[in-house]
Amino acid sequence: MKLYLKIWRQKNASTKGQMVDYTLDGVESDMSFLEMLDILNEELISKGEEPVEFDHDCREGICGTCSLMINGRPHGPDSMITVCQLHMRSFNDGDEIVIEPWRAKAFPVIKDLIVDRTAFDRIQQAGGYISVNTSGRPVDANAIPIAKEMADKSFNAATCIGCGACVAACKNASAMLFTSAKVSQFALLPQGQVEAAERVENMVRQMDLEGFGNCTNTGACEIECPKGISLENIARMNREYLSASVKG
Amino acid sequence: MSGLIKSSIARKVVMALSGLFLVFFLVLHVTINLASVISPEFFNEASHFMGYNPLVQYLMQPILIIGVIVHFVMGFILEIQNRNARGIGYVKYKGSANAPWVSRNMFYSGLVILAFLGLHFYDFWVHEMTYKYIEVNPEDPTRYYAETVEKFAPFWRTIIYIVSFVLLSLHLWHGFSSSFQSMGVNNKYTPAIKTFTKLFAVVVPLAFAFIALYHHLNPITH
Repeated sequence: MKLYLKIWRQKNASTKGQMVDYTLDGVESDMSFLEMLDILNEELISKGEEPVEFDHDCREGICGTCSLMINGRPHGPDSMITVCQLHMRSFNDGDEIVIEPWRAKAFPVIKDLIVDRTAFDRIQQAGGYISVNTSGRPVDANAIPIAKEMADKSFNAATCIGCGACVAACKNASAMLFTSAKVSQFALLPQGQVEAAERVENMVRQMDLEGFGNCTNTGACEIECPKGISLENIARMNREYLSASVKG
Repeated sequence: MSGLIKSSIARKVVMALSGLFLVFFLVLHVTINLASVISPEFFNEASHFMGYNPLVQYLMQPILIIGVIVHFVMGFILEIQNRNARGIGYVKYKGSANAPWVSRNMFYSGLVILAFLGLHFYDFWVHEMTYKYIEVNPEDPTRYYAETVEKFAPFWRTIIYIVSFVLLSLHLWHGFSSSFQSMGVNNKYTPAIKTFTKLFAVVVPLAFAFIALYHHLNPITH
């Protein structure tokens, strides 16, 4: 199939970018979206032009590295997948495809379609951990009884791959879904109780410091999340935060 | 506690609590307004009580005004922060693919309601203040029904009120249940809260619109 691509090109973080048009022929429907970009880059390189920079790593929907806004939606038109799991069969011959980086002040563009997502790392570092005994005789985690429902909810929250689609989709560039998933995965388990109060306070404080927007409960993040992280987590984080703040 | 005041979550809770307070006030307001259709005498009594009872005038009225101001000021603060958080906008952004129109346009429905409140305050509150404190007229417990009906005589005012009630409906459609989520309530009761929200968002503005239209179509003939 023949595609008309409009891709954001930006030399580096300090220069202004712009949309650039490319026409790409010979795209097969069973190619992945990233393979399509690989072919475009091979063409560009053969013509002596600068290839389009984009993030990717595992190419199997696990690492959360690929991060493209495709035709106005994070990770493209299909649900519950990352860009690397998106295939060209989701598009038609002659389609125009607009490809942009995640847009958020807290995710500045480094080059072309690559954004700096270390804001997420700093939120995680602010409290996304638990204290465990590593003295040589640790208590087996399986020895602590945990209700199935709680274990499932915690696991579901922990499936967040930190790709940033929630921020990209949210009209306010809010990072509440990501932060709430990281808070919830620990808050739901007994091992997470030791730092529960300071964890939520510190992670929310860091989230605000990074300059993400406020949640207005539109639910766009939940719809676009490739791992289906639920809004329930945001409500849980709000509860945890209010309770921790009031207790002081 | 100082961190709480500055946090994004606290700002959302302030928005939710002030919103729920205004929802409670809407119930009170629509109940009294319905009396103007059912029993003009009771409407006069209730309006006179609201207009001259010291508890209502000097406690409830200031609380209501503060509630309205807090909700709108916080709405503007959140909107400015949210716009700043995006920075450079998308060339193509398909918001309709993942969130309903009402939830994405709360700021605009809120702006229309704010503009409406300006007219509404001018129509009734400024009139009341002028009557009582500037012109210093004597108490007249029978004037309210006639004054209200007279207000809806012009077609343009009735239309502005009805259009504003449509926007109020859209604002409530998202805002009412959303305030529970902001306060951390998302559990087995959430589907019931969402159903009640939709019912409330239709019934209450519809009642307000009906009352405005009823008085427009049934003027007092002298």
